[in-house]
Amino acid sequence: MTRYSLLLGATALVLAPAAALAERGSSGHLNIIYWQAPSTLNPYLSGGTKEVESASLVLESLARFDDTGTMVPWLAEEIPTVDNGGVSEDLTSITWTIGDGITWSDGSDLTAADFVFTWEYCTHPEGGCAQASYFDGVTSVEAVDDGTVRVTFDAPTPFPYTAFVGSESPVIQAAQFADCLGARAPECTDANFGPIGTGPFVVDEFRPNDVIELSANENFRFPDRPYFATVTFKGGGDATAAARSVCETGEFDYAWNLQIDPTILSGMEAQGNCTVVTAFGTSVERLHMNQTNPDPSMGDMRSTVAGGPHPYLTDPIVGQAMSMAIDRALIVEIGYGAGGQATCNVLPAPEAYASTANDGCLVQDIEGANALLDEAGIVDSDGDGIREYEGTPMRVLFQTSTNAVRQDTQALIKQWWAEIGIDAELRNIDASVFFGGDPASPDTFQKFYADVEMYTNNFAGVDPQAYMANWLCSDIPGPDTQWQGANIQRFCDPAYDELVAEMAATADLEERGRIARLQNDMLVQSYSIIPLVHRGGVSAHASTIEGILMSDWDSELWNIMDWRRAE
Amino acid sequence: MLTYTIRRLILAIPTLLFISFIIFLIVKLSPSDPTAGLPLTIPPEVREQIRQSLGVNDPILIQYFKWLKLMLWDEPLHLLEGWTGLNVAPDGARIISYQTRSPVMELIMQRMPQTLWVVGTSYIVGILIALPLGIISAYKQYSIFDQVGTFVSMVGFSVPTFFTGVLFIVIFAVNLGWFPSVYNTTHVVTDWPSFVVQVKQIIMPVMVLGLYNASQISRYMRASMLDNLNQDYVRTARAKGLNEKVVVLVHVLRNSMIPVVTVIALNIPAVFGGAIITEQVFKVNGIGQLLIIAIQGGDVPVVQTVSFIFAVLIVLFNLLADVLYGVLDPRIRYD
Repeated sequence: MTRYSLLLGATALVLAPAAALAERGSSGHLNIIYWQAPSTLNPYLSGGTKEVESASLVLESLARFDDTGTMVPWLAEEIPTVDNGGVSEDLTSITWTIGDGITWSDGSDLTAADFVFTWEYCTHPEGGCAQASYFDGVTSVEAVDDGTVRVTFDAPTPFPYTAFVGSESPVIQAAQFADCLGARAPECTDANFGPIGTGPFVVDEFRPNDVIELSANENFRFPDRPYFATVTFKGGGDATAAARSVCETGEFDYAWNLQIDPTILSGMEAQGNCTVVTAFGTSVERLHMNQTNPDPSMGDMRSTVAGGPHPYLTDPIVGQAMSMAIDRALIVEIGYGAGGQATCNVLPAPEAYASTANDGCLVQDIEGANALLDEAGIVDSDGDGIREYEGTPMRVLFQTSTNAVRQDTQALIKQWWAEIGIDAELRNIDASVFFGGDPASPDTFQKFYADVEMYTNNFAGVDPQAYMANWLCSDIPGPDTQWQGANIQRFCDPAYDELVAEMAATADLEERGRIARLQNDMLVQSYSIIPLVHRGGVSAHASTIEGILMSDWDSELWNIMDWRRAE
Repeated sequence: MLTYTIRRLILAIPTLLFISFIIFLIVKLSPSDPTAGLPLTIPPEVREQIRQSLGVNDPILIQYFKWLKLMLWDEPLHLLEGWTGLNVAPDGARIISYQTRSPVMELIMQRMPQTLWVVGTSYIVGILIALPLGIISAYKQYSIFDQVGTFVSMVGFSVPTFFTGVLFIVIFAVNLGWFPSVYNTTHVVTDWPSFVVQVKQIIMPVMVLGLYNASQISRYMRASMLDNLNQDYVRTARAKGLNEKVVVLVHVLRNSMIPVVTVIALNIPAVFGGAIITEQVFKVNGIGQLLIIAIQGGDVPVVQTVSFIFAVLIVLFNLLADVLYGVLDPRIRYD
């Protein structure tokens, strides 16, 4: 899989219909609207999707992920593997060869020193680099020679494609950012707002939280691309207005993240001016069932391991019944449309990692759920319509962030649970507080002062190892860790911890797939987590734009150099 | 008058300091986190490092005094340097936005033009509609014109701009295709055709805001005219044989303008404050939009600085209104 073959492949795939018009700038002007505007073009200073994706027009990495989640060499000559000698036998280092003749947009050569600098920039202790996790476990990045970079890890790393892979850890120019290390990063406003890159476009003007004007990079390594001469990247407004500007007024050519009422969006698409595109990554809207006791009378011990287990949600039978009562297809239809698929897995993709063992949940079965609870002796003993579990009435507090789709979903689920004798009290919390992680706030998703909570999580890239390690016993949030930790539902199973350790020591991809599926099944069948919807990105582009291969594994603008306007 | 003005200006200083501290406390003590908007894939340790590098974890009073020093000393010097080219600005820290990591003042200066264009024009348009509407409505009280005028201004005042704005977009941008629905902030007016483009993109937000302003001011104008039309001096003027035009437009109007001018002056700071909702609807991305996304993003320095500038403007224009009052009405003396 070399750059040459990729080029051939991409050309064959995308350009076949109009090979004659292959010329840089021949498609004229492209208007993109992101209704959340980018604040900076330095993805290391802001981890937001809007910044990462806008910067991906300018900054590039060694390899990117295409629309199927397959890694393709980008600045690199090829993907290093153990077989081709790029990855060391002991899995502790990876050596990348930079493609020939790649230059920065100012004409200077891209060298290994730029990669070394990027690593220093992001790992500087005072810099507050938002993508620091891409360099986790990296002990050194060295320039073997001008065209070769070696990344060394502190331990065997079966999936070494983290640093400099994907849109979130691109290479920045050492010459431009040399004086911007650490605490001085914010002083470099000009560099942060107009980074010099290797990508298809260069920044002409950047107005933070407003608009970016870009034009084709004269020094881009493919002489015929990008096909668009100039790009306006506008921000602001809301998702509906963005969809309207592409599908109804035609002022814009591409609109991002259109999580709006599915009927409105399909109505707009039906007018024929635009095409709605979706891409599915790993985002799953899920319910977390608190395995610890959130009872307010517990005081400081609320929702902590020390406070003891939940009175009934630790029983898989209860969780199973609650899961069976949910009609996932209806939730998708009402709230997500093309941007969602019902799922029973917390790890729904990539293909090799997706389990099929839990697909029974796709069909709603309220009768079955009732029978299950009755059989287990969990019945309504005092005739108030709510079942009691060993004397405790099953009333759950169900919280999520404030968002129209989530509140609709909450209302539906409350109704279904009422049908199986479980009462849900609904609560929604402003997203900036809920996801804010302020240890002093009682309303964060980490503190989980509720029985059930709902939100979406995912992982970047295609390797689930770090993500599946979220559910280690040691990763449970609590007062001792300032409520940090990713094991939100407080799931703890030594057998699961063993699988995590096994995963970290396995390099074989098939074997890793098997372990990941086992982990997924173990989590889902504990019913401490109830997956609902596999969520995708929804965007729309003008019908006249061709060549869009939307990817949720990378920036969705990853192949913008191939986009062009149909005749 | 001069002593009065100076006294008021001196009194304004402790007021503004107090306001700045209250704003700071409100923003700071409300639950907000600059890393809350980041994807969940960014781990908590990294978030903590980001907060550390932004200085969010410093003691509250230290953060306040740091900001105050920059706001009152360093930033004015930078402004002076920007205007005069003199090399007076101190090196080192400035007030930095959490979101963009760039100086807040530059963000504000960048957004001022479109805010002044859109909100300022709408204010002028509003006044130009309101004054004749109010005068005629009062002079012909309970006529058809007055009834229609009252109805229109009630509608204009009660219907929110997020409704009229979207309604305008659906009618004029989507169905008729006359005007763009997205404002282009980079557009530069250099000649006649580019001016036409500017007028086209500005007309919808200006009319939405202008109607709102007009309904408010025309009510004041009408009420004030009615108060004066029944006064004795009007009867005297008519008895002296002055014609109606002179009576209404010279005698009555001049006296009726006193409270209206005050209202207009007191609302001017709002022009600089932008229009949060209208700016969002038309993607004007001015000061209002800057403020709202800073609030959503937990960007304390921006919220604080923008609110403080509003406070300064409000205090100043209050003073200006009081002084104007004295100029328009010779009976009022402050000494």
